[in-house]
Amino acid sequence: MIIYGTALLACCHLLGIFLGDLLGQLIGVKTNVGGVGIAMLLLIFARLYMQPRGFLPKPTEAGVGFWAAMYIPVVVAMAAQQDVVAALRGGPVALLSALGAVAVCACCIALINRTESQAEIDAAVADLAPLAE
Amino acid sequence: MSEIFQKAVHQNGLVTAFAVIGIIILLSGVISRKLTFGRVHGSAIAIVIGLALAYWGGIVSGGTKGLADVSLFSGIGLMGGAMLRDFAIVATAFEVQATEARKAGLIGVVSLLLGTVLPFIVGASIARAFGYSDAVSMTTIGAGAITYIVGPVTGAAIGASSDVMALSIATGLVKAIIVMVGTPIAARFLGLKTPRSAMVFGGLAGTVSGVSAGLAATDRKLVPYGALVATFHTGIGCLLGPSLLFFATKAIVG
Repeated sequence: MIIYGTALLACCHLLGIFLGDLLGQLIGVKTNVGGVGIAMLLLIFARLYMQPRGFLPKPTEAGVGFWAAMYIPVVVAMAAQQDVVAALRGGPVALLSALGAVAVCACCIALINRTESQAEIDAAVADLAPLAE
Repeated sequence: MSEIFQKAVHQNGLVTAFAVIGIIILLSGVISRKLTFGRVHGSAIAIVIGLALAYWGGIVSGGTKGLADVSLFSGIGLMGGAMLRDFAIVATAFEVQATEARKAGLIGVVSLLLGTVLPFIVGASIARAFGYSDAVSMTTIGAGAITYIVGPVTGAAIGASSDVMALSIATGLVKAIIVMVGTPIAARFLGLKTPRSAMVFGGLAGTVSGVSAGLAATDRKLVPYGALVATFHTGIGCLLGPSLLFFATKAIVG
């Protein structure tokens, strides 16, 4: 049943957010610490546990897969509700700080990613399973 | 006629959002194929159209939530809001190759820390160059350069003034938009090909919205790896901003 997959996803999501809030409270921050990341890890572990035991028939997988496929549309909707007007109103300080931060980080990313050898890249790219559209 | 149509659209906000976003993505696909001959990814065009509509919505409604503040399109707010966004991000974890993710765990953490400290230093320095020379304002604007949530959380914790807070949020928003639009353009320079590179990107580029949209527009397969790291960004920033980074700034500028 397709709802089993969606329910599994929902349980991982809720538990992850809960643990993230708990973690935030423990270290004294007024925000969720990595709740979504924890939820992702839970889902990864759930799949690693369930798949070899045959608990993940195709319909159940489709209940998660649908939402993964909805990812890009959701991101487009997210872009459509950004406060672009406020961002543009921030003036030179906001623009320069953001540009500077992005530029420094981009160089850092490029630098770190160049430490990966071509053989490693080829192996990893081959490992990435093509997505079902 | 038009009243009945408007009522139907009003009462079915989320469904309207599905239709509107579907049309945007369809248009983007056509633009990508016909005008750019596939050189610019359809998702990248869709995200730029989304941002342009957000600008239009913000001007028309005077609100802070872009197109979602225009009443006909209020469903966009639900579809692209934190709940469904996070739900869809978590769902992408189903495609993660656990071995690849584990291999890059340490480098992911390192980039997460770099991605918190480096933007902060840049933001705080530029704030100082523009005359915001007290530790509280420098820290708040620097924290905004981490993400637009870390900025106001830090500012509130250390007692920043409201104009500095607004500036700090604007900084974070500009950063998120630059990452959304710039990632597909800079993908080759950034070396965005493998899960490991996506995790490094997720840690250093910060902001879940920027990373998730930027990777979506570059290579959808890399999304879960980047998002896995990026979702810790705001938490780490809110932890370090009002504490370590604030004290360090105070020690330096007095």
